[in-house]
Amino acid sequence: MQKNIIKLSIISLILFIIGVFFIGLNKSSIYDTKDLVGQKITNIQLDHFSENRIITGEDLKKNDFTLINFWASWCAPCRDEHATLLKLNNDEKNLKILGVNFKDKKNNALKFLKDLGDPYDDIARDEFGKYSINFGIYGIPESILINKDLIIIKKFIGPISKNDYNFIKQIVRKQ
Amino acid sequence: MLSNIGNTLLSLNILIGISIIYFSFKNLNNNKILIGKKIYHLCLFQSTFIIICFLTLVSAFIVSDFSIITVYQNSHSLKPFLYKISGTWGNHEGSLLLWAIILTIFSFFFLFYNKYHPKNYRIYSLIIQNILILGFLFFLLFNSNPFSMVSPTPKEGLGLNPILQDPALAIHPPLLYVGFVGSSIYFSAAMASLITNYSGKLFAQSIKNWVLISWSFQTLGILAGSIWAYYELGWGGFWFWDPVENASLLPWFAMSALLHSLIVLEKRNLLYFWVIILCLLTFILSVTGTFLVRSGILNSVHTFANDPSRGLYILIFLSLMIFASVLLFFSKFKNNSYNLNSNSKETFILINNWFMIFYLITVLLGTIYPIFTEVLTDHKVSVGPPFYNAVIIPIVVIFLFFMSVGPRIKWIKNKFYNLNLLFKILIASIFINFCIIYLFQGYSLMSNFIIISALFLVFASLMDLYKSLKKQNIELPRVISHLAFGFLILFIGLNYNFSIEKDFNLKVGEKKVFENYSIEFQNLKLEDFKNYKAVIGEFNISKSDENLNQSLYPEIRIYEKPSTITYEASIRSDLLKDYYITMSNIDRSEYYNIKFQKKPFMMWIWISVIFISLGGFLRFFKNAKKYY
Repeated sequence: MQKNIIKLSIISLILFIIGVFFIGLNKSSIYDTKDLVGQKITNIQLDHFSENRIITGEDLKKNDFTLINFWASWCAPCRDEHATLLKLNNDEKNLKILGVNFKDKKNNALKFLKDLGDPYDDIARDEFGKYSINFGIYGIPESILINKDLIIIKKFIGPISKNDYNFIKQIVRKQ
Repeated sequence: MLSNIGNTLLSLNILIGISIIYFSFKNLNNNKILIGKKIYHLCLFQSTFIIICFLTLVSAFIVSDFSIITVYQNSHSLKPFLYKISGTWGNHEGSLLLWAIILTIFSFFFLFYNKYHPKNYRIYSLIIQNILILGFLFFLLFNSNPFSMVSPTPKEGLGLNPILQDPALAIHPPLLYVGFVGSSIYFSAAMASLITNYSGKLFAQSIKNWVLISWSFQTLGILAGSIWAYYELGWGGFWFWDPVENASLLPWFAMSALLHSLIVLEKRNLLYFWVIILCLLTFILSVTGTFLVRSGILNSVHTFANDPSRGLYILIFLSLMIFASVLLFFSKFKNNSYNLNSNSKETFILINNWFMIFYLITVLLGTIYPIFTEVLTDHKVSVGPPFYNAVIIPIVVIFLFFMSVGPRIKWIKNKFYNLNLLFKILIASIFINFCIIYLFQGYSLMSNFIIISALFLVFASLMDLYKSLKKQNIELPRVISHLAFGFLILFIGLNYNFSIEKDFNLKVGEKKVFENYSIEFQNLKLEDFKNYKAVIGEFNISKSDENLNQSLYPEIRIYEKPSTITYEASIRSDLLKDYYITMSNIDRSEYYNIKFQKKPFMMWIWISVIFISLGGFLRFFKNAKKYY
């Protein structure tokens, strides 16, 4: 009797593992930037940079458009795009910018913002680059433009260029 | 042309496989004691044909026959000769052919070298091994055919992924395959042993050498992969607990456990069913590893291309294998109670096994847990080094102590009369540990434990080595492997604690000074090579308190076929330390991101692993002399 229970549990365990593998096979697990456009970002959870709270999808739903910008003080091209971000923040009232401080030291990040100005409406912190994986981030700077429904409109790899700036302006003002 | 030859040989091999199974069953039913000549001949043909088949694919790569898809997708006429050859197994289809070869050759040698074992046992092993071979041949021919044609014939190939163009990686797959595909033969033997009730000492002897040879090769294969990651991936580490690395480590744990428990089975005729479980488990884990890395369920450099049908095939194959072996095992299992003396070699070897199984389960959980959470809850988690370090490292300390004491224990019943000596060794280890701290720098409590226990194993093994060289009936191969393992952990511990790592941005002409080091970015030049262009940086490292003046040349390589950028680390190795610089460009900026590392004792980590496997080879040759 006891032997049969052991047998049964081993066999069901194996069946379970194989079943999970089987389902896993048919699930795409590749985060390709191209595939992200038009999709809804689910399960946003980011630690707030200075306050003791978590930024979630609910917070972003309040904005018409959000540009999520991944940056760090050690990243030279981030410096490059900073002026563009400041300009976007000033001119576009429909657009909120969420900065995600990526693998950075808090003090360096603060100094960076003090020196160059703060374009962000809100800042989150991803000290070990763990949460950014969920956004399909490969390197920084990268930015994601999403709408009210958290659907990705476009993803920008590298610093935001003049063209990107115009694109964002166009989208945001259309509304 | 080559494609037709290859396909013909593959089909021929399937026919031979089927006839071997047919004649083997026929042979079981006759009353002769010997296995028929016909079967030997068929096995010989089978091995020859599969080797020719493989050579056909190799020559297709050498002459750059782009009418074959595999060659077209993975080679290029400008590729260096060595990498044309290694390209053969640097892709999914070709590497499966390598699988089939090793399955076949092991099958032949197992039949040939086990003449003194009963006919039925050998024939059943042959039948089961041939079922495995057929499974892979069908997979090759119908799903992953390396000889498929592409029409019209392209003028040029797409090229081999440049990060795979590396000498360590050229030998990594063959070494690793001999290891974990080689474990198929004791899977078959274990099944045959269950079917024919051939157990005990003789069974242990029949598979011992196969375990040794696969274990030794597996060790070397893991090493080659690790060296490659260190030089090529540019992260400066040698082990990342990446799911793919874990997949090669899992069978290694099972093999190491098997290697030790086989000794008990051979000497004391105990633990038979446990040995069988380990035999079955090793190959099942090997196939599971193949499934994980080939199906695309995990993302890695080993996922050659995503094709769910491959994964499905391997999964079906795996499930059949698991269920057949589990059901057979249950039908034969008898509950024997062993009366083991707690102070005996048998117990200590069992303890080794429990440690191995503990590591195995830890690594297995860490590897498949992310798949489970993603499938069941749609939630992505990543299990990284912190998990493994936290769970494995403290246990290593205890493990090392057992590993030092275990071999000194006597069979059946032991008396401790050399406790005094062990105590002295322990004091010496603690003393040296504090010397290191005093002379250099302190480190965490856990590191203290690791280094003390590693030193303990090293000294205990050195004692044995001394006795062994004086021919005092101590096994040299075991001593070498254990000593090398002690050194491995010791050097890893020191490497971990004394590494320096620094990340910064520089442009040409600038200098970075920190601690006693100063790193100058002297020059940047662009050069053209045969199959890539390279941006080469020139860096000078100097140190204020010693006479150090080293130039390092990290590269950013731009390959055209396929167009890829790789970052080549520049590494200066000497006996005591490695200096390591990688550089990467920052878009639209004249600054480069520089990663500087000083890694002590890297060379000794590699050497230790070579000696671990050397122990296995030595034992193999010793046994081979004795039995064959």
